[in-house]
Amino acid sequence: MDRDADLRVTDFKEVDLGLSREEAVAEAKRCIQCKKPKCISGCPVGIDIPAFIRAIADEKFQDAVDIIKKDNMLPAVCGRVCPQETQCQGVCVLGIKDTPIAIGQLERFVADIERKKGAKCPKCAPATGKKIAVVGSGPAGLACAAELARRGHSVTIFESLHEAGGVLMYGIPAFRMPKDIVQYEINQVKKLGVEIKTNHIVGRSVSVQELLSYSAVFLGTGAGLPYFMGIQGENLPGVYSANEFLTRVNLMGANKFPENDTPVKVGKKVVVVGGGNVAMDAARVARRMGAEVTLMYRRGEADMPARLDEVRHAKEEGVFFMTATNPIAILGENNAVSGVKAVKMELGTPGDDGRCSFYPVEGSEFAVEADVVIEAIGQGPNPLLLRMLPELTRNRNGSVAVNCLGETSIEKVYAGGDVATGAATVILAMGTAKEAAVAIDKKLRT
Amino acid sequence: MGNYTIVQARALSEAVFEMWIHAPQVARHAKAGQFCIIHADGAGERVPLTISATKGDDIRIAFMAVGTTTKLLATLKTGDELRDVAGPLGMPSDIAEGSETVIIVGGGVGVACTPILAQAAKDAGNYVIGIIGARNRDLLIFEDDMRAICDELYVTTDDGSYGIKGFASGPLKDLCESGRKIDKVWIIGPGMMMKVTSEVTRPFGIKTYVSLNPVMVDGTGMCGSCRVTVGGEMKFACVDGPEFDAHEVDWNDLMTRQRMYLSEEKQSMEYREEHHECRCRKVE
Ligand SMILES: Cc1cc2nc3c(=O)[nH]c(=O)nc-3n(C[C@H](O)[C@H](O)[C@H](O)COP(=O)(O)OP(=O)(O)OC[C@H]3O[C@@H](n4cnc5c(N)ncnc54)[C@H](O)[C@@H]3O)c2cc1C
Ligand SMILES: Cc1cc2nc3c(=O)[nH]c(=O)nc-3n(C[C@H](O)[C@H](O)[C@H](O)COP(=O)(O)OP(=O)(O)OC[C@H]3O[C@@H](n4cnc5c(N)ncnc54)[C@H](O)[C@@H]3O)c2cc1C
Ligand code: SF4
Ligand code: FES
Repeated sequence: MDRDADLRVTDFKEVDLGLSREEAVAEAKRCIQCKKPKCISGCPVGIDIPAFIRAIADEKFQDAVDIIKKDNMLPAVCGRVCPQETQCQGVCVLGIKDTPIAIGQLERFVADIERKKGAKCPKCAPATGKKIAVVGSGPAGLACAAELARRGHSVTIFESLHEAGGVLMYGIPAFRMPKDIVQYEINQVKKLGVEIKTNHIVGRSVSVQELLSYSAVFLGTGAGLPYFMGIQGENLPGVYSANEFLTRVNLMGANKFPENDTPVKVGKKVVVVGGGNVAMDAARVARRMGAEVTLMYRRGEADMPARLDEVRHAKEEGVFFMTATNPIAILGENNAVSGVKAVKMELGTPGDDGRCSFYPVEGSEFAVEADVVIEAIGQGPNPLLLRMLPELTRNRNGSVAVNCLGETSIEKVYAGGDVATGAATVILAMGTAKEAAVAIDKKLRT
Repeated sequence: MGNYTIVQARALSEAVFEMWIHAPQVARHAKAGQFCIIHADGAGERVPLTISATKGDDIRIAFMAVGTTTKLLATLKTGDELRDVAGPLGMPSDIAEGSETVIIVGGGVGVACTPILAQAAKDAGNYVIGIIGARNRDLLIFEDDMRAICDELYVTTDDGSYGIKGFASGPLKDLCESGRKIDKVWIIGPGMMMKVTSEVTRPFGIKTYVSLNPVMVDGTGMCGSCRVTVGGEMKFACVDGPEFDAHEVDWNDLMTRQRMYLSEEKQSMEYREEHHECRCRKVE
């Protein structure tokens, strides 16, 4: 259940309050326990969804969590942020005629119960004496580290920021991903004996030579490099990448300036460019800081890559959607942003990927007033460490090339998560990281 | 507060402070030209400061108390702790092995960056000329360090209270015009000083580096706050720099972006002055 939109735009508390026990059990009972469950094939990590739903229907909540955790270490996170409508829920047979089962809500429901009760710490296998370095503490790094620790290896995570968690901490705002949950999950990983060294930038504070002295290395450095549109006026004060804007607020607490020292500019009118989760998060943060927010997206609303819930929430919270519109210049006055010059886009027929092609309409230029512009047009792999590993084979889009085991072109170096897949999802990051962990374990035992 | 102990803190002048901090992972890898990010406590900002020297597991920083964070740092004493120190960040200075003649110019608090650079150039076998300048004698820092390292040292003060009267660009111009072979010049100081001083070397075609100091957040290439325009291209100073070819820098762009938070900086300082009794904030 969502909190009232008028109320929630005044704070950073969680928007969706989840299901009550009665609601969860009733929802679970709706599942018809398909013989050939479509939902499992829709799940990137193949969770036995009908089994855990069955357990909830029987009110065996701990059993339900245990089933999920066989394949997904962070159900409290994934239940909240997975794009269920294109995964498990998107293919649930009940969705053909009626509403699909709220699988994400159920996942989160049991995970929250377990957390409040205090999860028991899984046992680790006997120590192998092997030391493994994990670079990055986002979902990929955490999942890989946990899996390896459970298998008896000694794991050190290096994180360049002063907090662990990656995008879960600095990117996704608290009203969607409460930070106490992230901290709890990080503590669970630490309880397995994993050491997390913050303020350690691999390639700088830890040399490549030191890195390669470990028995195996996992790169989970994410896709944190923000792209800019390359249009006029982009360096004006008041133009942010979504990463900067969100980091200032989520990691540095700029929403509480001047109590916290880090400032952020919001102004009265904000234009956010993009149509993904990152754009929605930036827009909704700006709303909470009191701005009028316009979201500009070059294609149609149906083409937006954001989760459906995020689009709905953003609209409910008063974000104005300006679709089929593309910025062509950022306008300035007295060394500050004064507006955005944009052009209308004509949408063509959907292509093979189901998304519309688009092209600018001649003579349709117009200007929108703005004090702040936030660009959320995509991210690439952070080049800092990758530049120091020139032998590492990269894909065309710059991501690190890996095989199905997560092996890179460098002996004993593995990669997973956004750095290997390109900017994707939390569940894919954890899934690829776990596969790499299994492969590392196997290699170290032969 | 945290895990990084201040092993020595002292004032170098009324507004400039020096601090040695225990930060092994930074100290062991730091090279000339690199910086660190200091996050004093949970409520604090992440501020970039140049690594001015290293000794074993300790690094030295020197800073001018100009705003909220640097004024807070100025109150800390030997034995206090900082929550976070991250680094070394940025690319090391482009120092060549061999017998080049290099000039290292430091202005104001920018002089803080010169000893480590001069030492690195010296160790690489270069002939090192130092020029350090300050507004007046009291504000001059690290003269002894520079004198011990450099083959030649020129000292200037704007008011003539010590050394040569005038700006650091004076001796630089004389050296360029003297016909001596000069291979590289580094200029480090406030934006305006770097902009003006680097014009001296342009007509002589001497490769000149400046260390840019845009506003930063993460310092690791993930936010774009530090973007600068060099040679018409967007660069991130924290990973591509902070040193760039002076003659390619778009100074207007840099200085405009540096002033982005002027009103917030003022507001923050006023708030701190009212609430100075308690900085027992959001600390973990
Ligand atoms: C604003 C935002 C909203 C999103 N919303 C959703 C959503 O709703 N649902 C969803 O499924 N996905 C969402 N995503 C995508 C998802 O967060 C990412 O796919 C996922 O976090 C990738 O995990 P990762 O571990 O690969 O990388 P990250 O989470 O990016 O973590 C990488 C970590 O590595 C660290 N690092 C980088 N380089 C180094 C180095 N050299 N040394 C040490 N540490 C280093 C970084 O500081 C960072 O902490 C969102 C992303 C953003 C930015
Ligand atoms: C790579 C890099 C290396 C740096 N190295 C050093 C260093 O070694 N020593 C150092 O003192 N600073 C250095 N700086 C600048 C330093 O980061 C800022 O001075 C610091 O962020 C100020 O923080 P504050 O909260 O105290 O002041 P703020 O509140 O952020 O600023 C207060 C006021 O001081 C002005 N101001 C900011 N910096 C300076 C400055 N350097 N000189 C004069 N006025 C300034 C601001 O424009 C503003 O008006 C460096 C910056 C970068 C990017
Ligand atoms: S597809 Fe839907 S109804 Fe069928 S098992 Fe999965 S959740 Fe239940
Ligand atoms: S400070 Fe964030 S990219 Fe340079």
